[in-house]
Order: sequence, then structure tokens, then C-alpha cells
Amino acid sequence: MRHLLDTKTLGREEALRILDVAEDMADTQRREIKKLPTLRGKTVVNLFFEDSTRTRISFEAAAKRLSADVINFSAKGSSVSKGESLQDTAQTLQAMGADAVVIRHGASGAPRTLATSGWITAGVVNAGDGTHEHPTQALLDAFTMRKRTFGDDSRGRDLAGLRVTIVGDILHSRVARSNVWLLDTLGADVTLVAPPTLVPQDVSAWPVRVLYDLDEAIADGCDALMMLRIQLERMNAAYFPTEREYSRRWGLDATRLAALGTGSMVMHPGPMNRGLEISADAADSPRSTVLEQVTNGVSVRMAVLYLLLAGATDEREDAR
Amino acid sequence: MTEVFLFRGAQLEGGEAADLVIADGVIVEAGTGLSRAGATEIDVDGLVALPGLVDLHTHLREPGYEASETILTGSRAAAAGGYTTVFAMPNTSPVADTAGVVEQELALGEAAGFVTVQPIGAVTVGQKGERLAEIGAMADSRARVRVFSDDGFCVWDPLIMRRALEYVKAFDGVIAQHAQDPRLTEGAQMNEGIVSAELGLTGWPAVAEESIIARDVLLAEHVGSRLHVCHLSTAGSVEIIRWAKRRGVDVTAEVTPHHLLLTDELARGYDARYKVNPPLRREEDVLAVREGLADGTIDIVATDHAPHPAEAKACEWQAAANGMVGLESALRVVQQAMVDTGLLVWADVARVMSRTPARIGRLRGHGTPLSEGHAASVTFYDPRPVRTFSSDDLRGRSVNSPYLGRELPGEVRWTLNRGVPTVVDGALLETPGVRA
Amino acid sequence: MSTRTVLHEADIARALTRISHEILESNKGPENLVILGIPTRGVTLANRVAALVSDFGGLPVPVGSLDVTMYRDDLHRNPTRAPQPTQIPPGGIDGKTVVLVDDVLFSGRSIRAALDALQHIGRPAAVRLATLVDRGHRELPIRPDFVGKNLPSAREERVNVRLAEIDGLEEVTIES
Repeated sequence: MRHLLDTKTLGREEALRILDVAEDMADTQRREIKKLPTLRGKTVVNLFFEDSTRTRISFEAAAKRLSADVINFSAKGSSVSKGESLQDTAQTLQAMGADAVVIRHGASGAPRTLATSGWITAGVVNAGDGTHEHPTQALLDAFTMRKRTFGDDSRGRDLAGLRVTIVGDILHSRVARSNVWLLDTLGADVTLVAPPTLVPQDVSAWPVRVLYDLDEAIADGCDALMMLRIQLERMNAAYFPTEREYSRRWGLDATRLAALGTGSMVMHPGPMNRGLEISADAADSPRSTVLEQVTNGVSVRMAVLYLLLAGATDEREDAR
Repeated sequence: MTEVFLFRGAQLEGGEAADLVIADGVIVEAGTGLSRAGATEIDVDGLVALPGLVDLHTHLREPGYEASETILTGSRAAAAGGYTTVFAMPNTSPVADTAGVVEQELALGEAAGFVTVQPIGAVTVGQKGERLAEIGAMADSRARVRVFSDDGFCVWDPLIMRRALEYVKAFDGVIAQHAQDPRLTEGAQMNEGIVSAELGLTGWPAVAEESIIARDVLLAEHVGSRLHVCHLSTAGSVEIIRWAKRRGVDVTAEVTPHHLLLTDELARGYDARYKVNPPLRREEDVLAVREGLADGTIDIVATDHAPHPAEAKACEWQAAANGMVGLESALRVVQQAMVDTGLLVWADVARVMSRTPARIGRLRGHGTPLSEGHAASVTFYDPRPVRTFSSDDLRGRSVNSPYLGRELPGEVRWTLNRGVPTVVDGALLETPGVRA
Repeated sequence: MSTRTVLHEADIARALTRISHEILESNKGPENLVILGIPTRGVTLANRVAALVSDFGGLPVPVGSLDVTMYRDDLHRNPTRAPQPTQIPPGGIDGKTVVLVDDVLFSGRSIRAALDALQHIGRPAAVRLATLVDRGHRELPIRPDFVGKNLPSAREERVNVRLAEIDGLEEVTIES
């Protein structure tokens, strides 16, 4: 694997390979000594132009558990905030000998621009670009769904027939997009629920069903209900009138939690707005996978870094 | 006494093969089997002769943004593309909203000498959309400005637009509107549709263009003014213009070569060479504007040549500037999109790329017929070769072309600007009229 | 290119039987043993050896697998390998005598990686090595304790082990 930029172009075989290697990584994380020597001598740079402690720490943990060296670069207060371009930043990292660059950027497409520019030879992992994709999040979500559904018998399995409902600001959500493509690739049935203002104008080509009514979606049955974080700034741009109205119509409250079958799991990529899109009860219930998602995130990111960095460099073809 | 040229055997506007004798800046004779003692004879058999092309929408960037282009380098790019006249948009620094700036642009164009540079004046001061600029002063200046535009920005305030439309009636001027509702396009990066939804780029909906055009044609009708619509890009906009013309509104519209050929699918790799305003649209829109140009709903082709330095395009899409250079490729793209598809014949090309732009811009003596007594602004164009468009074909200061690496037909072989050659045997001259 | 069969089905069976007896002899019985096979074919052989040792020794002997992919020192020279599962039997390896089982012993690097992997899992009392074929050309100071067949070979030659559970037939061949 040369780069991991999105799940739209991630084939079924490759996706399953990542999930299965993540199983092996998860196994090593249960030992007393969690460290592996596999990526010793490799340098992974976390290039975070957007604040994100959680994702950055997750990638850092993943790299360190494989014995790679980690360099953290955050844009605030750096040369970037003084106007240094993506090109110059990238070329500096290349000169420092980065083997992999994990990039989170506010502009959709920035990881692809970085990967295809010719400025660096390092492999690129997209840790979230604008409102476009967040592939490792979707992979850890799929890993979590698979684990909850099949337990120790997860290896090699896809998510055929699993009913997944994603609720929230679809328009601005890279987590939603990455999940839609990956879940479809793995055979799941996806329903999106949102206020009409927060659904992109034309999703006719998306392999999903779109509903505006959360109660209807829950009544239709779902095995995994994924709540997305709602950003309050959207209220000021007239996407919805008030927090209260959003929470009433699209929030996972006690009533909706009860209506959801006991076999269904409740997911959230974090960070959560407790009481807004998800009630405290739902977040803390045994059906919630929120903490597992965090643990699984490290295993999945270990798998991604391993597949990106462990193999021979001349197997890498042009990512274009 | 200047060099006398005898061009043999070109198809005049794609019609019958004929000869042209050119001397002292004028076509002195047109016919078949001509001869002229002392004339330089040039065989242009198989080539199409067009009146020198007139671009109603070019960004020459001078004064203020000379890193991207200057009036000299932009004039050279124009001549290489077969143009003999370009109208220069006013979004310079300082903005061309006074007689002083437009006269300076005129002088720089004359000094360069490759094409006629006709300045366009801003509609509002600083193109801010708040107060009218001194339109009368610009009209009376040596630059004799007749076309006014805030291009880059929409004249959004309906009252300002109404006043501007009324005001220019005094000297047969025209307001050229960049139709883009700013509130519907805040942060917009590309056409709003299937591709933008997938790519996570903020959409620029077609309705933001169409709603302004609809409003403006009604305003123009109400106050009895001429209106020109810049870079029309959507099927809905074509429908509105068609409707307005049927009602008798005095509106004209232009389309860019790139909107005749390219779609928003090209945004998929996030290559900012394809980032432009108005954005590339869907296949249905490309087909609709082609049809509109063919049936006369859209009156002209205008390049919206928009040079940018390399660093403004070699970056993430969101940070990239909008625009494409287009002077050198325009005729070739129009051939591929409209002539080779049978939608236009060469006489139509002469109309939409020379005669009508000059008429809309009220520029006498430009876009004139290829016949005796008229100015010898002529382009000899060979439609036969098919070549890959490369940076070797670019003559301006910037290289942000979406056609690099693409096969395009045709080649400009000769351009004469009022009898002075600027392109000879396919090569752009260093100095107009001076051959090695 | 010529291929020669060096072990037939019956030879393999006899070799495994002898190895199993040797393990019991050296360990003075079946107590405290853990048999770990190195994927892929080492696991198949480990299962057979564990069954034989349990049978001859009169006590069930735990068996599992130990994947060494993550510990290899030559990862960057080859296309990326997918790791195989590591299954350590419930009793663990602390204080036990671990017998590693592999099909072919060559440079010794896999076994070095296996020793590193074991180190991260626990602290065995002793580690022994059983291999079906020893083809020489060691690059590290590693020696087997139990060998099915010593097979001198040229470096360029290929030694192939085929087992019924995986390949549908039983043979060891050498290709030159």
C-alpha cells in the first residue's frame, strides 16, 4: 500500500487485509509487553494542520508500539501559521527523512495534493481532510462493528447485511463519507439521517438511503447507530434553528435508546456533545462502543502503518 | 511604404479559396488569381482566413499583478492565439475605475504593439459594489471606454445595478455582469453537484448564476438598457437568455472555451489547474452552452484569460486561485468543441470570435470583413494538424492552462494586426513587424 | 531445472516419530512442554508432533502457533507480508520448555525472530528447536536440537516441503 488517502478507492480485499492485520495487532496489545520491533528505524511524521489531540495521540501510540520514531508537527505557532505553504512544509519533512506522513488538514484534497505532488517520497496517510474523508476512522468503525458482531471469529469476515444508520451533519462530515464508501464495500446497508439542510444537494450516486426522521430509521431496524458530532457554528449559518430543536429531532435520547433493540450498538467517533446529539445514558450504556472505538483505533492505525512501511520500497507504484 | 503581402489561396471565413493583398494596414484587394509586383507572396492554401480575433474578456494583470502577466506579455499571448484586439478587465491594482488608469493601460498596449488593448472600466469604485465609479470620465478619456464590469465580483446590489444600467445609456455603454450571488456562494470551490458532494468541496450552485441573470435581464428590460452577461456556464442560464431575447431584451452573452469543453469531473484529482470561476459544470451544461452558441442565444466566445503564478496553483485546492489562461488555446478549443462537431462553420467562428465581440464593445474598425478597404487584421489558421498542447504553446508569463498534455487540433500560422505581422509561419515575432 | 524427491510420505512420518521420541527423551518425559509451530507449515508439523508426543508420553501436551512476521529483520526487502495468527495455549510459556517447530531451517533468521517474539510473550525455562529439514547455510549461531533430515544443499537450490493438510500430498523435494 503506497498511500491511504480515502476509502472511496479502497477495494474489498485491501480493506479486509487491513482489518485482519489489525486483529493481529490487537492481539499483541493484550500482552504485557505491547511493543513490536517491526518499524524500528522508520520515521513517522504527524503533520497536523488542524487541532486534534485524540487522533494525533492515537497515531503516535500506533507508531511507537511498532518502534517507529515519531515527530509531531502541529501548525499552530509554527512556520505554517506564518504563511509557509504546504509545498515548503512538505519539502522540509522530506529533507528530514520522513518515511510516512500522517496528515490532517482543513482543506479537502490536501493529502492527495501532497501524495501526487512529487514533493515527498514518503507514504501519506490521510488523518482527516476538510469535509472529504477520514479513512482510518471508518476502518476502526468497521473493525468495531465486526468485533461486536463476530467476536473472536472476525478474521476474514465482511459486514454483509449489517444495517448501519449514520445520524448528523452529513454535509460537513468526513467521517460520514468514509463510512459510506467502506460500509458499502464491505456489504453493509447504510441509512443516513439528517435535517435536509445537512444532506449534500446531490447524493443520488451514494449507495445509501436518506431519511429525515430518526424515529422512522430506528423503527426500520438498525444494528449499528452511529451519531455524529454536531458543530454549534452551523446554527449561525442557518442549518438548523436552535440546539434544542436539533436535539429533539435528531438526538439520541432515552426514548430512542429504548426503541433501539438491545442487540444494537451505539457508536460515536468523538468528541461527544453529551446532551446534544447523544444523551449521557446512551454514551455510557453497555451498547455504546465509544471506548472500544478508541482502543481499536490504535490497532487499526498500527495495521495501516505496518502495511504502508514494512514492505519493500520498490513495490510502490505511482499513486496517481 | 510598408511591406506588401499577397496571401494566396486561403478559405475566407471557410468559404471559397481567395487571395488577399495587404498594404499599409489595409486589405487593398481581394479576389482570385491576384498578382502584385513587389509583394511578398505567401502560400496559405488549406488555411482558413478569419478576421483578427477580438476577445471581450481578458485579464492582463497590469497595473499591480505583473508577476502573473503584463500588458506586453498578455498581448503576445493574444497574438499567438490569433487575436488582434483584447478588452482588458479592470480588476487590476489600482482598479481601473478612473480615466487615469484606463489611459495608462491604453498607452501600455500601444507601446507593446501586438494587439489593440481596449480597457474595460469598473462599474463601482474599487469594484466594491457601493458607489458608481466615474464612468463618464472613463468614457470620455482617450481610452473611450464603453464596456464596464466589476468582473471577479458581482454587482449584487440591485439598486446599484439598475443605476449602472441606466447611466451607461448616455454613451451607448454596456454593463458586463459577472453573475454570482455572493450569499449563495460563500466559500464555494467548485460546481455544486454529485462531484462536490463526494469530494467534500463547498458547492457553487447553478442557481447563484441564474438568479442574477434573471434579475438583470428584467432590470435591463425595465430601464431599456443593454446588458452583457460574462462567462455564462449553465443550461439554466442559456434558457433564461433565450427567454429574454424572445421578449426583446437587449442582452448579449459570452461563453468561455473551457466551458465548451471541460466538466467538473476534472476536479476529482484536486488538481487546481481546473479551478475556475464560474466553475466547470456538468456534461449537460457543456452540451447546453454549445447548443446556445450554435443557435445564437450565446453571442460570442470570450476567453476570460486569467494568469496566475505557479504557487497559486501548486497547492491544495482550497488555497488555489481561480482561473485559467486561454488566449493561446481559444481558437483550437473552439474548433474541437464546435467546428469539428458540426455545430459551427468557420463563418460562424468569425462572427462569434471577431465581428460580434467588436460590435458589443462598440469598437469600430475591428472585426471587420475580409474585403477591400477594410483594416488588414487577419488571422490565417490551419485546422488540419492535431498536436498535444504543451507549455511550448504558451506565450504569456503564466502557465496555468488546463489543456497541457491534451490533444487539440489546429495551429495559428499568421496573425496580422492592421497589416503588421505579429505571428509569421506559426512563430510569434519578438517585435511586431520585424522578421528575422 | 531438475527436481529430486528427498523424503517421501513414509520418510516424513518416520522422521516425525523419531523427533517426538527424542523430545520426550531429552525432556525426561512429557511434563512442562509447550509445542509452538512457526506458520505456515511449522504449525501443521507442530500439531502432528504434539499429537505423537502426547500419545507416546501419556499426557496431553499443549500446542500452538508463533508468528514471527513482526520480528523479522528483512521486512523491507520483500513485498509486505500479512502476519499469521499467534496462538499461545492457555497455560502460557512462563517456566515451560518451549519446543519451536519449523519445516526448513536455513539462515536461522526466522528462529532468531521467533526468540525475540517469545521474549515479548513470557519467560520460558528453556527453548528447543525441532526442524523437519536442516539445509545448512546458517547466517547466525543457531542450531537445531531435533532434526528430521540433514539435507546439504546449494544456496540457489529450492527446498520444498508439501504436507497433506495444506498441499494435498506429502513430500520434500529439492529443485536446482
